[in-house]
Amino acid sequence: MTTPVIDAQGVHVHLGASHVLRGVDLRVDTGEVVALLGANGSGKSTLVRTVVGVLPPSRGTVSLLGHPLGNGVPWHRIGYVPQRVSAAAGVPSTAAEVVASGLLHGRRLALPRGWRHLVREALDQVGLADRADDATSQLSGGQQQRVLIARALVREPEVLVLDEPVAGVDRASQEAFAATMTRLADSGLTVLVVVHELGELAGLVTRAVVLRHGVVVHDGAPPRARAAHDIPEHDHVHPHTSELPLQTAEVGLGDGPLGTGPTEVNP
Amino acid sequence: MGELGSMFTDPLMQRALVAALLVGVSAPVVGTYLVQRRLALLGDGIGHVALTGVALGWLVGAGLGLVPNDVLAIPGAVVAAVVGSVLIEVVRRRGRTSGDLALAIMFYGGIAGGVLIIGIAGGSSGNLMAYLFGSISTVTSTDLILTVVLCALILLVGVGLRPALFSVSHDEEFAISSGLPVWALNMAVAVLAALTVTVAMRVVGLLLVSALMIVPVAIGQLVTHSFRRTMAVGSVVGVVVCVVGLSITYWYPVSPGALIVVLAIAVYAVVAGFHPLLTRRRPARDPHPDIPDDVEVEVAATTTSTEGVCER
Repeated sequence: MTTPVIDAQGVHVHLGASHVLRGVDLRVDTGEVVALLGANGSGKSTLVRTVVGVLPPSRGTVSLLGHPLGNGVPWHRIGYVPQRVSAAAGVPSTAAEVVASGLLHGRRLALPRGWRHLVREALDQVGLADRADDATSQLSGGQQQRVLIARALVREPEVLVLDEPVAGVDRASQEAFAATMTRLADSGLTVLVVVHELGELAGLVTRAVVLRHGVVVHDGAPPRARAAHDIPEHDHVHPHTSELPLQTAEVGLGDGPLGTGPTEVNP
Repeated sequence: MGELGSMFTDPLMQRALVAALLVGVSAPVVGTYLVQRRLALLGDGIGHVALTGVALGWLVGAGLGLVPNDVLAIPGAVVAAVVGSVLIEVVRRRGRTSGDLALAIMFYGGIAGGVLIIGIAGGSSGNLMAYLFGSISTVTSTDLILTVVLCALILLVGVGLRPALFSVSHDEEFAISSGLPVWALNMAVAVLAALTVTVAMRVVGLLLVSALMIVPVAIGQLVTHSFRRTMAVGSVVGVVVCVVGLSITYWYPVSPGALIVVLAIAVYAVVAGFHPLLTRRRPARDPHPDIPDDVEVEVAATTTSTEGVCER
């Protein structure tokens, strides 16, 4: 039996007073494309952030590529795409500069030789080669998300961990994303992706893990979405974007007035 | 021209110019990271704490009977500034919301502590004025050596580790997931800020130190989109305002620190004023991505509005 790429056992995570993850086991093997599903607040993001070492588990263990979280992990073999598009920081930065920061990992604190070429290739993979020298703040939300994907890809990882890569992204970008992911998965990349619904990725996902209230409730074949969740007209309302109705409406624009379709309510 | 020549041959002025040049280059380098992390006021907080350090150095110097009794003032400022900035970093890491509160307490504690301790040391708050508002004309050879060494260190780390420091300042979560030594890099920024405050103290004074770190960066980000170029423009502006400001005070008896900061803000105002004109002249480019829409829209309805945009 080969070493699992991601191996989380009995993981508990507390964020402040709330007990977000309550004993989660997650195993991902080489070449798998695993979707992490669940309602808002079920702990999906917390789990991937724990897996990549951002949040310390209060109990349980996490191993990446056979190494327990810490300095021993070969970080250059892991690419992480965080959920939020980093808000425009105080100082502007170009897409190329953001992607170049993906070339640094572990104890490598300086850019390697030929980094410009690597950065351009990574941006090319997400279709943004011509925007390399544009400020990230000038790019659309979907393009900023693609810059973050390029930042994870630039180090040519074996594992890609993505947190809601297509949230609030128009359908054309979702299709482009699915095409990129298919190409990467075919080349042997292992993927753990947090999504609200399988959508464009349905044909690609080999296994689905469903979280509910911080516990794994399903681990196996991708489940069927609840009735009406999988139709294109379904209009998701995300708690973190609900105060920005425009962003949410972007996805379902033209599908009729907001609120006519089934609306997911945060439990 | 002869006057200009005499300015460059005056050893006092030579030392002052070298110090101003070095501080002008280094302060915006560190300032770029502070602005990036939205800690623009950190320099002020450190400056206030450095004042307590000055007074403590004075107290220790007086206690040991050293002559002159402010010989330990600058080392005291360096130590206090480093301790203060490391404390701020620790507070920022532990409690997420109390960062600005901790900064505020540092502001008040720094000034109050400084005035109180200088009194105990047998000095007066008047003695602190040179540190509060700068005293570049009194830069000694020893001061200059310290300035050169500290500026070299600031530039070496600030420019040499730019990709790593950028990564940590831009997206700390991603930096952690890359296994970067985030804690050490954050501390490096904090210590760099502290060292910058103490070297810039002689040029513009503790009360105006932060301006020299922040205003050139504000100018830089008006004229460029890139982090690297913002830093470069900031350094160029920093050098120009420091050297020009100091040179003017060779002929007109005004405070060099205040003049340098006013010059920097004037440059900012001019650039900000001309900025809309500059950007309008650039060839217009359609900022929208060339991808199909999610929605079906009547063709007739869009053509008119698109034409309207193209006209401009």
